[in-house]
Amino acid sequence: MPVFYERRQLVTPGDLLAENDYVPGENTHKENGKIYATRVGLVNYEDKRVYVVALKSFYEPMVGDTVIGKVIEVTLGGWIVDIRAPYVAMLRASDALERPFKPQKDDLPALFDVGDLLIAKIVAYDRTRDPLLTVLERGMGKITRGQMMEITPTKIPRVIGKQGSMVSMIKQETGCLITIGQNGRILISGKSPEDERLAVMAIRKIEQEAHTTGLTDRVTEMLKKEKGNKEVKEENVTEKTGKTD
Amino acid sequence: MSQKKQEKLIDENGIRLDGRKFDEIRPTKIEVGILANADGSAYIEQGKNRILAGVFGPREVHPKHLALPDRALLRSRYHMAPFSVQERKSPAPSRRELELSKVIRESLEPSIFTEYFPRTTIDLFIEVLQADGGTRSAGITVASVALADAGIPMRDLISACAAGKVEGQVVLDLTDVEDKAGDADMPLAYQPSVNAITLLQMDGMSTLDEFEQEVKLAIEGCKQLNQVQKEALRAKYEVAKEAESEKEGEEGEE
Repeated sequence: MPVFYERRQLVTPGDLLAENDYVPGENTHKENGKIYATRVGLVNYEDKRVYVVALKSFYEPMVGDTVIGKVIEVTLGGWIVDIRAPYVAMLRASDALERPFKPQKDDLPALFDVGDLLIAKIVAYDRTRDPLLTVLERGMGKITRGQMMEITPTKIPRVIGKQGSMVSMIKQETGCLITIGQNGRILISGKSPEDERLAVMAIRKIEQEAHTTGLTDRVTEMLKKEKGNKEVKEENVTEKTGKTD
Repeated sequence: MSQKKQEKLIDENGIRLDGRKFDEIRPTKIEVGILANADGSAYIEQGKNRILAGVFGPREVHPKHLALPDRALLRSRYHMAPFSVQERKSPAPSRRELELSKVIRESLEPSIFTEYFPRTTIDLFIEVLQADGGTRSAGITVASVALADAGIPMRDLISACAAGKVEGQVVLDLTDVEDKAGDADMPLAYQPSVNAITLLQMDGMSTLDEFEQEVKLAIEGCKQLNQVQKEALRAKYEVAKEAESEKEGEEGEE
């Protein structure tokens, strides 16, 4: 049962990863007892399972995921929402109102209009039907403030960190509220644009260095340093303008 | 120069016009992810060929009736820029371009897991900026890299290369001059992991023996191109790593 790569080595589609006894995991496929990579990524061997952590991918909907979507159409009974996946998602009016939907009475565009950003959860999806969303949960619905950024969906787990260690660290250091959509969209809303800028910077760093180790420490360090710089700058400004505030 | 039809294409030492031996491919360079607005992209320089490929998808199919219930639709467009050849080429799609779009699509389709994304489409655009023979095979090679860059799950990277007969001799990777003055040209696309041929076309005359030699030679060329493809994909992520460490250095100096 030979293995052809070391752990965390970069592989490309068609690379032979393992033979015979191994079980194919994510981003691999088995043909004639041989396991090949199907995406560019880092290979991992875990007991008898071989899988590839993709470096670039698109979002594949999963039931239970929280996503950030954009309304692209208002229909008679609901909305069509772009969730950055191969399929557009449907949000039915009854999944947005806390009471039965009355087509004569309820004004759907007033609730969510084209272009609005929503935090929603996927309640149903298989490949034969488009994903179905709901916004009837705490913290969901229309986004009214903050800024949104997009990263590759495969790097979302890295941004969250082990048991949420990475996000909670960024939240703590920047004082921003961060909502992560599994589809690679992240909402950041802080007290000041400067705080938000810091959080964006941290997430960009994570995205670029997702395949390296010891990332949480380096991001913490960077944030601390940036905050230090900012304070120094502010002091200089107050000195120059003579303001004491 | 183009007037001299009698010019020898292969000299007495077996060296071709551009200095290659009979079994050498042209110097090839592939760059990955150079278009910001496409989901995946790649650029190839194979000799004087310069080709860009961009990929979108999988995404919703428009018009909707084209969607397939059991797999993704693969659409491709091979197009030559008006300035890609010596005489201006009309930018409208020609009969030849339509045919090449079809053969490129069909040679790439076996490598893509289209059944994972039913009712969607993958759109592939191949833009020839400069042509010097063998653009369909270079187009396949670069398109496969662009598909991998888009994060589309694939069985394999497909590479393609032509072999043919010039002045009675079997040669690899023909240039435009060799193709036009030669006796035969045979583009071949190859899927290395399963040792399968996904495209085989031929133009001209060869004996059965020569044909077998050409197939062998073309497959060897495809294997070499496959290495170039893999290196290009790896390079993209290694460059990202290096850029990051440089930036860190600069930050430290500030």
